[in-house]
Amino acid sequence: MRKKLVGGILTLGILFGAGGVAMSDHVKGYDTYTTKDGRHSGYVYAAKETQAIQDDDLGNPAYLWLDYGEELWSKVEGEAGKSCASCHKDAATSMKTAGASYPKFDKASGKPINIEQRINKCRTENMKAKAFKYESRELLSSTIYVRNQSRGLPMSVKVDGDMKPFFEKGKAFYEKRRGLLDMACKHCHQDNAGNMIRANLLSEGMSNGFPTYRLKWQKPGSLHRRFRGCNKQVRATPFGYGSDEYTNLEVYLGWRARGIKVEAPAVRN
Amino acid sequence: MAKPKPRLSVPKNAKKGEIITIKTLISHKMESGQRKDKKTGKKIPRKIINKFVAKYNGEVVFQSDWHPAISANPYISFKTLATESGTMEFSWTDDDGQVYSKSAKIAVTQ
Repeated sequence: MRKKLVGGILTLGILFGAGGVAMSDHVKGYDTYTTKDGRHSGYVYAAKETQAIQDDDLGNPAYLWLDYGEELWSKVEGEAGKSCASCHKDAATSMKTAGASYPKFDKASGKPINIEQRINKCRTENMKAKAFKYESRELLSSTIYVRNQSRGLPMSVKVDGDMKPFFEKGKAFYEKRRGLLDMACKHCHQDNAGNMIRANLLSEGMSNGFPTYRLKWQKPGSLHRRFRGCNKQVRATPFGYGSDEYTNLEVYLGWRARGIKVEAPAVRN
Repeated sequence: MAKPKPRLSVPKNAKKGEIITIKTLISHKMESGQRKDKKTGKKIPRKIINKFVAKYNGEVVFQSDWHPAISANPYISFKTLATESGTMEFSWTDDDGQVYSKSAKIAVTQ
């Protein structure tokens, strides 16, 4: 136990160099991205050039996916002969709060459901169409289009009542050490947000901007893709896209980001 | 993607004589005609936007002929002089004859 503790501290000591970045210096509208109790969106940790890309709707490459998502919204698919628009009409109205309140509890399956899963549920059950694959152009575009309707709204995922057990599971996952590097999510994103890990500045790991266009990926990616990347980085076996573990984690992250405004599709490094 | 969608960034207001930057983006595959279909081995036919024209109150201020070297989702940015209030119209002509267009209003003050 003692050996493990010392080993753990040494690893953390080597990995985390104190960064101390004055984020408020170059972020215009800093207050927009920070809650009253001092929690920040990932926007604040990005370089100002990266922020500039996100701020410009034309310059943000993820908007190409958003435009495709808008097209898909009205596309009739499946044996039922419907499109999203057939039932949900104008997305700006019907999807207004979806991006800020998902994941939600799904009575049919008895567990939380996120936007990607909800889209596929509608497709398979109501449209009698094929589900979209995770990280496919279709699913990313549709998710971005839906979530973008809530842009500017503060995140408000419900975590009590039916959601409580899943929130607790997500919280446990967040705090559990894993992988060869024996690290938990909180070691980077809670204990060391604002510090450097090798050459990267650590954010608070907020989910308000997902699906996000990551400069590293050169395309938008889902939150679960990021989770898989994070797990691989500590040399842990990643869980599957849309898995219960990641969906529960998404619930917990939704709570962590409460009050932070939805920025989907955000641009990060 | 079915119908290419153009995006514009035209300043809403400008002073007379000011140099303004116009940014345009259109989502289009810009199929060069060189790529081969992985399954059949046959060349995928060329289908690109071959002409872009920008007009300011009816007068052409920028135009260009495009060739297969222009990659997908072309982004064009140019500067022009703000002279008078009015409309800027942009049109993209596809190889198949279709023309995609979008316009934006600009208010020019003294």
